[in-house]
Amino acid sequence: MDPGEFFASSRVLIVAGKGGVGKTVTAATVAAAASRCGLSVLLVEVSGRSAAAPMFGTEAQGYEEAVLVHAEGGYGEIRGRSITPDQALVEWLSGHGFQRIVKRMTKSGLLEVVATATPGIKDLLVFGRIKALEAARAADLIVVDAPAAGHALGFLRSPAGVREAARSGTIHRQAVEVLEMISDPSRCQVVLVTIPEETPINELVETSFAVEDEVGVKLGPVVVNSVLPQIDGLDRRLRWAKCSDTERLDLATAAEFRAGRTALQDEQLARLESRLPLPQIRLPQIFGTRIGPDELEHLATTMLAEIKSLEDLS
Amino acid sequence: MNAYAELINARDVIVCCGTGGVGKTTTAAATAVAAARAGKRAAVVTIDPAKRLADALGIAELGNTPTEIAGPWSGTLAALMLDTKSTFDDVVRRHAHDDHQAERILSNRFYRNVSGTLSGTQDYMAVEKLSELYDSGDWDLVVVDTPPTRDALAFLEAPKLLARLLDNPIYRIVTAPSRGVFRAVNTAAQSVLRQLARVVGATVVDEAVAFFQAFEGMEDGFRDRADATLKLLGDQRTAFVLVASPRADTLMEARYFLDRIRTADLDAAAVVVNRILPSVSTSPERAKELVKSLAGTQAAGAAVALADLTRSGAEDQSRIHEITDAAPNAIVVQVPLLADDVHDLDGLTTIADLLTAD
Repeated sequence: MDPGEFFASSRVLIVAGKGGVGKTVTAATVAAAASRCGLSVLLVEVSGRSAAAPMFGTEAQGYEEAVLVHAEGGYGEIRGRSITPDQALVEWLSGHGFQRIVKRMTKSGLLEVVATATPGIKDLLVFGRIKALEAARAADLIVVDAPAAGHALGFLRSPAGVREAARSGTIHRQAVEVLEMISDPSRCQVVLVTIPEETPINELVETSFAVEDEVGVKLGPVVVNSVLPQIDGLDRRLRWAKCSDTERLDLATAAEFRAGRTALQDEQLARLESRLPLPQIRLPQIFGTRIGPDELEHLATTMLAEIKSLEDLS
Repeated sequence: MNAYAELINARDVIVCCGTGGVGKTTTAAATAVAAARAGKRAAVVTIDPAKRLADALGIAELGNTPTEIAGPWSGTLAALMLDTKSTFDDVVRRHAHDDHQAERILSNRFYRNVSGTLSGTQDYMAVEKLSELYDSGDWDLVVVDTPPTRDALAFLEAPKLLARLLDNPIYRIVTAPSRGVFRAVNTAAQSVLRQLARVVGATVVDEAVAFFQAFEGMEDGFRDRADATLKLLGDQRTAFVLVASPRADTLMEARYFLDRIRTADLDAAAVVVNRILPSVSTSPERAKELVKSLAGTQAAGAAVALADLTRSGAEDQSRIHEITDAAPNAIVVQVPLLADDVHDLDGLTTIADLLTAD
């Protein structure tokens, strides 16, 4: 399908997955790829650390919005910002008649009581901020790097949870409005991220069924990160290779290791394909360097090519 | 006996910390296996283990009490999978003055939120389970896996969680509504509560107030328990083991962890770095040359594999140096990346060997 169409198919794209699967890299890659289709992008980080900024070669941004990529040469502008759950709660209360006592509420722990009384309220309010950005058309595409702790489900379940817990009050209305947004496929889709290993794939499969059944949100293609590129001829003889004996041993070690890892990975990719009827976008393993603008460019190129090769999603 | 084996031998409690996806549960379980093989009575508390590992340990069914695992060791090995909710229920029953008070709390919706979703509850209950096993005297070593949190202090602060909640002014106000001195404070508080009710709904506020009222008289018990547990975690009986992998982001988290744990005057006794690539002596630069000189030959594929491996390996080692520099007093153990996920006792035994090898 056409990548431009794919990125324009919903105004909010949430990148979710368990910790350690490269969610932030994926969110940055989505932003970079959409920018190359000419879309303006707002990349929202929820974790409170600006892990994406260095990938674009800029300084870490704080809570304020910062430009990560300027609009030029057909590229759309990418801005980044952070919305943390704690801050979302404080700001929301400030805007709802508590502005004078919200500091004292934080210090005395009353804020914690409010958050405990209404589980998921902080995550819901992050969604609320995103909904406001969406309503204001802050960008053609808003990419959300969902929180990493535990399962991705907690974050996505929060609006429905709060709607049930708080049966009345303004927070209830907020939950209802957020649910409207996330269950509308033209406004919101979720891209789940995994790596080609057994446990992460099991968790991805469980999560995706739960996301569709319980949250009722549209799932886009699955992103599989850190896929080892295939190398042909790893099983060939090295006896005649022109190099030292030590190097020949190293070549053998590397070939055997790579062949083993690739076989395991292929097994897992096949298992994912058979267990989850969602298209896959495979992103290559980046060897040995921190991810900077060059690596991100490479990942975005791969992502665009992968989307192009997908059947039309409907 | 290597330094990690000595640590297992010397301590009563080992807490395995680290971010998700670094093999923390596996490291915790393998540490307990190593202890059992050294003749110890070892118990491991796991949190959310991968299903196949749980099956292998025989704890696939929610087992909130230790299940003994038979195996080729001279000591004993037992495992359990932490059930946060039922552990919390047990804690409430233990501290309640009578069944009536316990039931009032257990049926309260705010309590169910606290026991189910309050951030830090899982840490808190892991600590409770740890103390319970330690206090029983049945175990020479208790190993605890921890929930994936960024913040080392979350675990240390966990025992104070309920005590802190009960220290909340709301608690004092709703439990002492009629005392004259507090009347003025109380009026102000009531108005805040009414305001909150408009925002989050009246039921939510009522349930919270009922929760605090139900807890009346239990706060001292919780506070004493928290103090005793913090003492256990803070002295030489306990070792914190930081589990990491050489990936850039997990090592960044590991450094953050070390900074945070030091603010509590503690330190990691050991750092276990999992997923280490096979070591080769060819340099990344030379491997790059080999890719060119061997192109088109039988060895072309192997050369590419070697170039990829050396690039990753060199980067990994420099990152591991960063972490060992940040934790100069810690025992550092490197565990190679294995061919497969560990999901049976044989796999755990292999890891136990690697952890304790000279």
